[in-house]
Amino acid sequence: MYKYDHYDQAMVEARVEEFRDQARRRLEGKLTEDQFKPLRLMNGLYLQLHAYMLRVAIPYGTLDARQLEMLADIADKYDRGYGHFTTRQNIQYNWIKLEDAADILADLAKVEMHAIQTSGNCIRNISADHFAGAAADEVVDPRPYAELLRQWSSFHPEFTYLPRKFKIAVIASAKDRAAMRLHDIGIRIVRHEGEIGAQFYVGGGMGRTPMIAPLVRDFVPIDQLITYAEACLRVYNRYGRRDNKYKARIKILVHELGAAEYTRQVEEEFAHLLSVGVEPPLAELDRIKAHFELPEPLRLPGQATGVKRPSEGSKNGCIPDRARDDGFGLWADRNTHPHRHPDYVSAVISLKPAGGIPGDATSEQMRLVARLARDYSFDELRVLHTQNLLLPHVRIADLHAVWSALDAAGLGAANMDTIEDIIACPGLDYCSLANARSIPLAQRISERFAASGRTDVVGELKLKISGCINACGHHHAGHIGILGVDKKGKENFQLSLGGSEAEDVSLAKITGPGFDEDGVVAAVEKVTDVFLAARTEGERFLDTYRRIGMEPFKEALYGNA
Amino acid sequence: MKILTGNDLRTGAVTWWNGSGWSPFVDDAVDVGDEAEEILARETAARRVNAAYMIDAGIDADGHVRPAHIKDRVRALGPTVRRDLAVPTADKTGWDWVI
Repeated sequence: MYKYDHYDQAMVEARVEEFRDQARRRLEGKLTEDQFKPLRLMNGLYLQLHAYMLRVAIPYGTLDARQLEMLADIADKYDRGYGHFTTRQNIQYNWIKLEDAADILADLAKVEMHAIQTSGNCIRNISADHFAGAAADEVVDPRPYAELLRQWSSFHPEFTYLPRKFKIAVIASAKDRAAMRLHDIGIRIVRHEGEIGAQFYVGGGMGRTPMIAPLVRDFVPIDQLITYAEACLRVYNRYGRRDNKYKARIKILVHELGAAEYTRQVEEEFAHLLSVGVEPPLAELDRIKAHFELPEPLRLPGQATGVKRPSEGSKNGCIPDRARDDGFGLWADRNTHPHRHPDYVSAVISLKPAGGIPGDATSEQMRLVARLARDYSFDELRVLHTQNLLLPHVRIADLHAVWSALDAAGLGAANMDTIEDIIACPGLDYCSLANARSIPLAQRISERFAASGRTDVVGELKLKISGCINACGHHHAGHIGILGVDKKGKENFQLSLGGSEAEDVSLAKITGPGFDEDGVVAAVEKVTDVFLAARTEGERFLDTYRRIGMEPFKEALYGNA
Repeated sequence: MKILTGNDLRTGAVTWWNGSGWSPFVDDAVDVGDEAEEILARETAARRVNAAYMIDAGIDADGHVRPAHIKDRVRALGPTVRRDLAVPTADKTGWDWVI
């Protein structure tokens, strides 16, 4: 993975000292809150319901054991012993003191981390396919391109005060595991006639006006990647709506101009920028790529020595026995993903125990995962946008040892991509923007399905919950989505069906009138009943919904009235 | 009644105006009548509170202060999903009225 050079390190350390001075001046009364707020937000420090909240960037969700151990230490030293992994592959601490914030940033800098551009109207942390560098189906590892974009976008003077926040995702396979088309810019790295290049999708997003990004350019040569991104941003920065916060995202500009006209303007700007020469030399990309070379054992041919033989029907073709009564088989089947090397898999560590808080991990759990990464995954870890963790390179022969350690620490839930693997924003339990609580719903639904044993019967079903219209819980993209709203001072929940953030991207549609907390939990169960009664062989919930439409679900929820 | 709440500048902790200073306990909150603006201006300038604002509240039969809006009731006690991290309070029925 990428290691800072002395420029990176110097920039981050300078920012820590700058913020230390700003925080000191605020505490001494030399800055008002109005003056200080934009400065703290530039360093990821929010004021939430109960305390300050610090959001730490984890670029494209990749980190090493030393970094996760530091995140655990920060949780113990400055917070309350836990952290919350987010849908942007970041981590948030909920109980931060302003007087500690600069010290935390200094600790982060010791392990090449920071909180820069995790807030504000700038280019935020760049996300990527969490299986990047390990997935059997990728064209190339997309992370060097994400890192190049990170370096370009960090402290970019032209894009520090955009009309609104800006999110970029990078993938490199036909499968979309990063909600790529629901980003301001989604980039898919592709190979065309032997050449590597990038597809650009621009103007997607969730929030109060969800939109799927249209394709703007089918192939940008890789040595023009940054130039094209710059052109996309320039047109937005010039014409994006600064008069209305709710219409300021690039999706509104692309929608109002039309994709064709936006593209025309981007192409014009692109041509101009090509003549100026803003692209970093390819040598810089090569320097970055060198950091992402696979560990040597992963570059050798498969040995298959000591590896359990494939079981019939296993998705990885490498899992022992799904029905093993100790739970290992089920976990290995559900929570692993095919690796580019035949002797390895990627292993998802669920942060969704039945009845638990999605995305929360204690400091002790973080330290255990760090140790497992060091012992079994070449010191590498990932954060998934689904609020889980990942060991990207685990030898199949080591899988049982990994699972045993996880299971003993309460991290062995076998529920990836099931109805228990719920994305939920912090909601009204923590967030000052929220209208309703998200976490209790996730807890009740996961508990109910785990207890009834229906999770396995239902199969793949992505349920996503947001506590307000800002959609941090990605409810628009849920096979089942839930949005919490305030109805005359009471929590109320809108149910929606049919969303997807994958390569079959779609936006969920609202079923009808909302429900109270008990009602929406029951409604989720009714909806799955309809699915189970109607599905044909091999169908996922989403497939059945798309085949039979909304009406049978509405009828079950509201009757014929 | 009208009460004042905000966050402590240094720690970010939720605080309630008790008539002479800021308390972590909602039960200490007092009715500020029409003095809210003046108190908020003074206390903000003195850096004893951050992002303070006035809210509606009531008092229940046992004398406990009850913020009118769910958001402020959650702020008063802490996350409903982590009651182990709740603000320590003598009001044992607190979780019954928060939602």
